[in-house]
Amino acid sequence: MLDLYGRGWQMLEGGLVTVQLCLTVLPFMIVIGLLGASAKLSRYRTLRVIGESYTVLIRGIPELLVILLIYFGGTIAVQSLAELISGEETRVDIPAFWSGVAALALVQGAFASEVFRAAMQSIPIGQIEAATACGMTPMQIFMRIKLPQLWRFALPGLNNLFQVLIKDTALISVVGVEEIMRKAAIGAGTEKAPFTFYLVAMLMFLSFTTVSLLVFNYLEKRAARGVARA
Amino acid sequence: MFEDLLYVLGKYDTWLWRGFLLTIELLVISVTLGTLLAIPLAVARVSKKVWIQALPFAFIYVFRGTPLIGQLFMMYYGVGQLIANIDGIQDHWTWTYLRDPYWYCLLTFVLNTAAYVAEIMRGGIQNVQNGELEAARACGMSPSTTYRRIIFPRMWQMIWPAYTNDVIFTLKATSLASTVTMMELTGAARKIVARTALPYEAFISAGVIYLIIVYTLTFGFKGIERYLRRSEKRKEPKSGKPKAASA
Repeated sequence: MLDLYGRGWQMLEGGLVTVQLCLTVLPFMIVIGLLGASAKLSRYRTLRVIGESYTVLIRGIPELLVILLIYFGGTIAVQSLAELISGEETRVDIPAFWSGVAALALVQGAFASEVFRAAMQSIPIGQIEAATACGMTPMQIFMRIKLPQLWRFALPGLNNLFQVLIKDTALISVVGVEEIMRKAAIGAGTEKAPFTFYLVAMLMFLSFTTVSLLVFNYLEKRAARGVARA
Repeated sequence: MFEDLLYVLGKYDTWLWRGFLLTIELLVISVTLGTLLAIPLAVARVSKKVWIQALPFAFIYVFRGTPLIGQLFMMYYGVGQLIANIDGIQDHWTWTYLRDPYWYCLLTFVLNTAAYVAEIMRGGIQNVQNGELEAARACGMSPSTTYRRIIFPRMWQMIWPAYTNDVIFTLKATSLASTVTMMELTGAARKIVARTALPYEAFISAGVIYLIIVYTLTFGFKGIERYLRRSEKRKEPKSGKPKAASA
């Protein structure tokens, strides 16, 4: 039971892939989120419209559909692009791992942009005015004033998003990436023991989300250490 | 591209329509039963007694901490196999139902929705102002009357925006039914792609239908929110950009 019919290592490998997926998506999600939030708060109407419609579109479409669209559609798009450039018939395969990363970054980025937007709006306007009065450029204001404080305001939201991200990586098993769910499905099929394998998969996910929760709680405490408590 | 889209819509419109109906069916049943189940869970969860609190806490923790697709596979393949292994069950009249993925999907979605809704209800119940509870006690209301007349109406007011989000979450969650061969909206789109090899046309058509459902729901729920908050006098000005609040 404990070595899972000799497949315990397989499950651990799956766990490693899940961790890789989460950590690869994270930076993309943060960058897309920051760009999206800046677009939504921009002075320019066009950027605002783009930022808002991005969230509106992604919010309403199931993650699974986005993953499938990028996996099946992305290959065609890249292939025709490659044919356009090289002028001859080429065969391109996007690895399922990266199409999954792209899909999750796109989805989570939309939610992250909402988190960052709210965080940016929590920064007192007086500070921005003071920085402008000191003659800082918008870039300097962003780097020196907004970004360091953004972290603290955005952490609770990011905590939530990272939980969702861990759980959403399981969806990528549908396109064949061998993370926990996929490994469990393989084990369940070959060993005819679905209950055992899925139980182990669920326990692994539960431990991941628990660890993420503890880490973020620690970070939230740490980020608030310089702030006077009410 | 457009000819392909028209081709897909023209030839497979019945698949998409049936998929739409099944998606709505799964959504309505899951949200209704899930919410009904969430109420006792949330009430038990805010109990001061540890042994009453423990079970709903564990239930909510497990269902919110694991991916829905895992829960679904656990039910359909895991529990499904345990049931299939019972002696003679496959000749029993209930077997037609016991092997149908529909019931496993519904059960999973109901339990999952219940866990998420119970958690937001807990927040709502705990945020009812103490003065209102004291006033209710002073009027001689029993705990159940207090819940019915004071706590639940207040809770619904507070949690409605989060509840709306949870309903949309459940709608998107129903797309997972396609992984256990159900032909709801996503399942229909996947089957069209398998037939025609036109991923953009099929998936984007399904995506547009999801968007229409989501924004119809959002609109309707906004209306209900106004109704729930009808007793409150509006103090804030109607328009104006959100200002940066001081920290």
